[in-house]
Amino acid sequence: MTAEPQKKSGLETLRAAISRLEGHSDRRRKVLPFGVREIDARLPGGGLALGALHEVAGGGNDALHSAAAGQFCAGIAARTRGKVLWIVTRQDVFAPSLKQVGLSARRTIYVEARSDVDVLACFEEGLRHGGLGAVVAEVARLSMTASRRLQLAAETSGSLGIAIRRWRRQTDAADFGQPTASVTRWRVSVLPSVSLPVPGVGRPRWLLELIRARAGECADFEVEACDGKGRLSLPATLADRPDQETTWTRRARA
Amino acid sequence: MAKAQALYPDLVLMDADPEGDRLGLEKLALWFQHRVAPIVAVDAPDGLVLDTTGADHLHGGELPMLKDMVHRMAGAGFRATAVVADTWGAAHAIARYGRVPIAVVPPGNTASVLADLPVEALRLPDPIIDGLATLGVSRIGPLAAMPRAPLALRFGPDVARRLDQAFGRIGEAIVPVRPVDPVEVSRNFAEPIGAAETIARYIGRLVPLLCQGLDERGQGVRRLDLLLHRVDSRTEAIRVATAMPVRDVKRLTRLLCEKIETIDPGFGIERMVLIASLAEPMDRRQTVSSLIAEEEADVSDLIDTLANRVGMQALYRFAPVESDLPERSFCRVPALAPEETKDWPEHWPRPTRLLARPEPVQAMAELPDQPPLFFIWRGVRRKVKCADGPERVFGEWWKNDAELTIARDYFRIEDTSGERFWLYRAGDGEHGETGSQGWFLHGIFG
Repeated sequence: MTAEPQKKSGLETLRAAISRLEGHSDRRRKVLPFGVREIDARLPGGGLALGALHEVAGGGNDALHSAAAGQFCAGIAARTRGKVLWIVTRQDVFAPSLKQVGLSARRTIYVEARSDVDVLACFEEGLRHGGLGAVVAEVARLSMTASRRLQLAAETSGSLGIAIRRWRRQTDAADFGQPTASVTRWRVSVLPSVSLPVPGVGRPRWLLELIRARAGECADFEVEACDGKGRLSLPATLADRPDQETTWTRRARA
Repeated sequence: MAKAQALYPDLVLMDADPEGDRLGLEKLALWFQHRVAPIVAVDAPDGLVLDTTGADHLHGGELPMLKDMVHRMAGAGFRATAVVADTWGAAHAIARYGRVPIAVVPPGNTASVLADLPVEALRLPDPIIDGLATLGVSRIGPLAAMPRAPLALRFGPDVARRLDQAFGRIGEAIVPVRPVDPVEVSRNFAEPIGAAETIARYIGRLVPLLCQGLDERGQGVRRLDLLLHRVDSRTEAIRVATAMPVRDVKRLTRLLCEKIETIDPGFGIERMVLIASLAEPMDRRQTVSSLIAEEEADVSDLIDTLANRVGMQALYRFAPVESDLPERSFCRVPALAPEETKDWPEHWPRPTRLLARPEPVQAMAELPDQPPLFFIWRGVRRKVKCADGPERVFGEWWKNDAELTIARDYFRIEDTSGERFWLYRAGDGEHGETGSQGWFLHGIFG
């Protein structure tokens, strides 16, 4: 009986020692929760860490287009406060679509950089500033050194940095296996949409893979794509939602 | 003159007014100094010379800068040619005797480009040109190849000097025009300075003085020039631009210090001049109390830093435009432009990525308004599982007569692997005049 709390406290002290070594023992990491219990439970701190660099890539053909990955990031950025810096080398973001996941065009400032080097420089500058809600950068190559610089910049200012990894060729996408200093790494692949009883395309679904999470475990989730406020949700068949069931029956009874 | 009037009946005649021309040119030089680069001088009688080193990045590179300059001149009713070259002499020659209105001569190519031009391009006095003509020398190439001594004996030192200036063998200082009464601070050095840290230190001392001067006038700086006079009488310049008037010492110092690496101090710098070449009144803003609302962080300093790195036009926001055609439904506005109140309608889902131009696809679809059964894009055949549509978009006949009849039918399509695309058919599927009836892929959904 007594062994259990002792073991726990031992683990706690170890964790504290590690975070002290990592240099952020004095303040608690702030997080941006997804608002989906299943995902937040898998992330250390219960959400996407602020003041950190995160990597997102599309799966399959989306590694080239980054349509789902872009929407996923826009959904995250939409749930932050303040302006959002979106750095690209070739501009093909369709602004009305970002608005449909809750990221207003008034909040989004685009930077069109000439090269990947410029993208990284602007990315770092944006992260260092600290007054932005999120900094999103579309970049193909991200070396360990570059990502560590970005991670440090994000840590010092507390900004949320998201690197959308986007390649020109499918063969380059193997680069995603290389280690970087980012805190989490996600892969978003499109899945067939929720089937409707009538002809038409239902709500899009994604396979969301958490490939890497510092101090956490990998996981994958089948989710429904961002809604109008940038929130993900689990498909109704998977989620255990007794509250909705009761409202449904109550309404049906009334 | 009578003949000219006979040829062109509506010819306008005016007396030559060299003094007026010179004044006009000086005014134009000042305007260019405001807009383009800090070092601008009049290249009489018909040109301006600019040292754009360290300023072209603000305009997105050399070629866009030249295009913009020529375009603006055309807008004001002047036909202008613009050339970037290694030296004043070369740029002068190619602008006047080259065949293209806009040219950027890559570094090191000056000699080959100059060789073909006539000797008149060398800024030599007329008697020398005539003398060269009697010698049978009409091009710069052969002239440059001739032995120097006989030329100097016959025409004096001018020929050799102009040749060397054009080929960049000797320097030529550009004495810039001065704006009217700018806020300006300067510092002379008894001992020339050259190290980056030293330059940074003196920037750190000049900026507070400048800001004090601006404070007295209630102004903030929009464009700031740092001129560094070198001991070999050349001038290096740094220009920084800001999106809003700024009077913050720290911010201006940082913007200037970021550019130090672009300076070539040569044998040393003996004088530093800091000029607020474009200053605007700065109004104080009331801050929101933290009790009422959490204040949103000010990002204008970040915008300035980034703009000085990638150029102001590479920083923008998208603003809605009232148009049904997707590619016309947005426009770029400056990052710090006032927020617009309009927004895009949200009736239909829109793709995350919009292709720069619609790509033609092969598709098979039932007419008139069924979605395709399959389509082939970039060599991959995709079977359509489900689709939404059509969303019919009509051409904007009030803008363009050719669009009077055209129509597009947009479909949101999901293939069997779950990928979602935005396809349209050019035409309504019934009437030939509405479009080619071909299928195009225009966007990709997430």
